[in-house]
Amino acid sequence: MADTGLNTPISKMTAKSGRGAAFWNSDLVYSFRRSPVAIISTLVTVILVLTAILAPLIAPHNPFDPSTLNLMNGFSQPMQPNAFTGETFWLGTDGQGRDIFSTILYGMRISLFVASLAVLFAMVLGVTLGLIAGYVGGWVDTIIMRIADVQLTFPSILIAMLISGIARGFTPVQYRDEVAIWVLIIAIGLSDWVQFARVVRGTTLIEKNKEYVQAARMIGRSRGAIMLWHILPNVLNPVLVIATISFALAIIAEATLSFLGVGAPPTEPSLGTLINTGRDFLLSGEWWILLFPALTLLALALSVNLLGDWLRDALNPRLR
Amino acid sequence: MGNAALDPGALSVKNHAMLAYIIKRIVQSVIVLLVVGLVAFAMFRFVGDPIDNILGQERTQADIERLRVELGLDQPFVVQYWNFLARAAQGDLGVSYRQSRPVVEILLERAPATLELAAVSGAMAIIFGIMLGIFTAIRRDGFAANTIMTISLIGVSLPTFLIGVLLIYFFSVGMQFTLFGQTISTDLGLPSFGRGETVKIGGWSTGFLTESGLKALILPAITLGLYQMTLIMRLVRSEMLEVLRQDYIRFARARGLRERAVNFRHALKNTLVPVITITGLQLGSIIAFAIITETVFQWPGVGLLFINSIQTVDIPVMAAYLMLISVMFVAINLVVDLLYFAIDPRLRVDRTARGH
Repeated sequence: MADTGLNTPISKMTAKSGRGAAFWNSDLVYSFRRSPVAIISTLVTVILVLTAILAPLIAPHNPFDPSTLNLMNGFSQPMQPNAFTGETFWLGTDGQGRDIFSTILYGMRISLFVASLAVLFAMVLGVTLGLIAGYVGGWVDTIIMRIADVQLTFPSILIAMLISGIARGFTPVQYRDEVAIWVLIIAIGLSDWVQFARVVRGTTLIEKNKEYVQAARMIGRSRGAIMLWHILPNVLNPVLVIATISFALAIIAEATLSFLGVGAPPTEPSLGTLINTGRDFLLSGEWWILLFPALTLLALALSVNLLGDWLRDALNPRLR
Repeated sequence: MGNAALDPGALSVKNHAMLAYIIKRIVQSVIVLLVVGLVAFAMFRFVGDPIDNILGQERTQADIERLRVELGLDQPFVVQYWNFLARAAQGDLGVSYRQSRPVVEILLERAPATLELAAVSGAMAIIFGIMLGIFTAIRRDGFAANTIMTISLIGVSLPTFLIGVLLIYFFSVGMQFTLFGQTISTDLGLPSFGRGETVKIGGWSTGFLTESGLKALILPAITLGLYQMTLIMRLVRSEMLEVLRQDYIRFARARGLRERAVNFRHALKNTLVPVITITGLQLGSIIAFAIITETVFQWPGVGLLFINSIQTVDIPVMAAYLMLISVMFVAINLVVDLLYFAIDPRLRVDRTARGH
């Protein structure tokens, strides 16, 4: 889609008709076609997400299947045939002979899984609380927003660490690795709902005095129905922007926690866990175990971040 | 203030509004601290059984009963909470489950490392951030300024730990490449872990006085300060651009003032209010992000202690760190808010007006 857009003269495109044209000529798509940064970052994001989803098909090895590993392949340098087996690995191997390229693909899967569920969780929680705070008001509003204020006093990564620490305390030692991924999702989600709640509350306060809400109230719709079917669709634009930016932050938060050893366990390594493992080999000269996961994380975080920035500018007419 | 001196009525109104605002902010801060204290107490009380954690395998019912009374676990929740706060206020934050030493003692021992690191990287962030911000604003379309802006965008998106790890890779391990037939290594021989040698002055162990201590400080300080620096730089730049567009700057130029006088005496001064606010708030996050930097460089500070306590579920240490850092955050927020109020006269007038 982006390709045809770049090669076709503007006059031809505006002449398009039919249902596709409305979408093609919308402000958002127009601004997208004109921004190389948006196009490139979308491309990188889509490629990375697709390779992560299709990892079992693309990856040359399955890093979780010990039968495909050969210890003799350990510490192969990137692009060079192994001294013992003669096999060549694009990005080298780690100490157990795991192909780094494959572990990156599988690691990215876990990173993206955690980040997207965490953002989804934060979004549902934040939007719900924001709607309730804005529409119901009164002491409910006060309590919700006071909690949000207290939480905003602290950096979200600190909150996530704390929640993860508390959750570890509640889990018996033998189950900690099993539940680690879910703890991570909840910790990041809980550390990130405030942005959603504040924005949704603000928009709800404006929307709830508009005529369509009054009309809905007149015909006797319940509070819940008004919030869900009438106000919610009208506050979704900013939510989309925050979700994109939160997604980039969640990827970084996940990687950071895993790197610090309080996130994804070594049995289910995410990009952060891989970088943490790679650090141990850095000082002994096996740089590729660290560098390639690090560059992947960098590309992922940067492209999602840029995409979020662009989306915020594109959807916010005041900044244009 | 000159006006206020002429009109005693205005002065008292202004002072009342200010006083009310200060009191309101202090009450808010105390509430936040009480809530955090409650969380910390709840962690200590309900995450795992404190008696299980303190007593080992060999214990008698009498031991358990004695400790229960000693820790006050037989008393009502509210009384326990109150005692917990009272003890905390007196500097008694319990005993670490892992190290079996008073938490306060451990924290005091670790604090100098974190504070020195935070101070150096904070100073670096402020000095270079403001300088680069001014530079990129004045030379807005220059090649150097554009390059700096693009790099800073990457700096903002890079996770702190990745910066640290990459710095270790480049300057501590050294990347080798061949250029014009010569092998060049980027290895600067900078240490990648620990504080180097430290000198003890009273209860404070400082790394500032030894060569290895100073060398060990370089990479961690850059890691910790880089993000704050880019943030301050971008902020100064956008504020500067905003101010430079205004009429009084154009008039200052028209009056024939020299470019330097316009940029620094007229423009910079007016950009500093938001910069001070954000910088102040960032002080708190330097302390928080020190956790990450300290883990990357195995820097023996409070942050590394906190991460270790999470890994080993050492609840008293976690709770103490939480309270310590919240006192710091709340204090910083309060001071910044009051400072903001003191620096920007417009805010004072606004509040007085709203008060009526």
